[in-house]
Amino acid sequence: MRKIWLKGWGNKDSNLNVVKVMVYVSPKATVLDPQGAAVQQAIKSLGHASVDAVRVGKTVTFEIDAEDTAETRATIDKLCDGLLSNPIIEDYRYEIVEE
Amino acid sequence: MKVAIIQFPGSNCDWDAEHAVDQILGVPAKRIWHKDSLPGETEAVVVPGGFSFGDYLRCGAIAQFSPIMTDLKNFADKGGQVLGICNGFQILCEAGLLPGALIRNDCLDFRCLNQSLKVEDSNDRFNRSKIGNSIALPIAHGEGNYRVKDSTLEEIEANKQVLLRYQGNPNGSIHDIAGIRNRDGNVYGMMPHPERAIEAHHPCLDGIPVLQSFLEPLQSARPAELASS
Repeated sequence: MRKIWLKGWGNKDSNLNVVKVMVYVSPKATVLDPQGAAVQQAIKSLGHASVDAVRVGKTVTFEIDAEDTAETRATIDKLCDGLLSNPIIEDYRYEIVEE
Repeated sequence: MKVAIIQFPGSNCDWDAEHAVDQILGVPAKRIWHKDSLPGETEAVVVPGGFSFGDYLRCGAIAQFSPIMTDLKNFADKGGQVLGICNGFQILCEAGLLPGALIRNDCLDFRCLNQSLKVEDSNDRFNRSKIGNSIALPIAHGEGNYRVKDSTLEEIEANKQVLLRYQGNPNGSIHDIAGIRNRDGNVYGMMPHPERAIEAHHPCLDGIPVLQSFLEPLQSARPAELASS
């Protein structure tokens, strides 16, 4: 159950299902990652010589007022593929946390 | 109006591009807001540099879904002339009008300098004899590192789609690529700024032949004398 604020209607309790999505975007393994290389350099300069393969990506979280259905997942994939990530240089995966 | 200069929130080379095309080359140009339609009389489009939508997510990632992009894609599909400069190049790549993508410079620095470039014999309109063997144009970018998958890179090279290569690679771009065109030869993209090399107080004037070659089909491009006067 989630409380939603409806403009002009005051507070209202609602039974709407909300799907919370966490998207992880990372540079493709085959693509150079200058940020990852710089972070790795910093880690090594701190004396951690054994740390390797550092890659820097990003996470994006959002909520959808919907149930976790195939249709919802298709929408999420559509958002991930092109807007949230560029398939030429990045990979994505996501997790769904039902609230 | 012949040339439309698309303005996104965060574009900052739009006025410069308009000045270069309209005032220096003498081809009527107008800035068009990204939520408006492309005017019917448009003969060429410049997607200018800047930081559209704050470069959020990726450079050009959000601009590719602006309302005007539907018109721009239709315009390009029909053979319309499109030039993307810097952020404009990034937007055209994100929108799929040009192959590849631009990622962070390998040095991680924002590179801002007058860059030496080798002109490739790409097509009749944009070749060495017209523009010169080696030219210099200002660059100013943090994400100019051109990346493309190997098979596409082979196609780009085989089809002579590379317009300009860096001489002394400033950003790690693959095959030193600074600018490319699409296969059909009507969509151009480049990281260097030709509109910043057109007047006596600029570092050089090499932007004039570059812009003239792009606008050549429109034919009313004025001679370059104006720039030095």
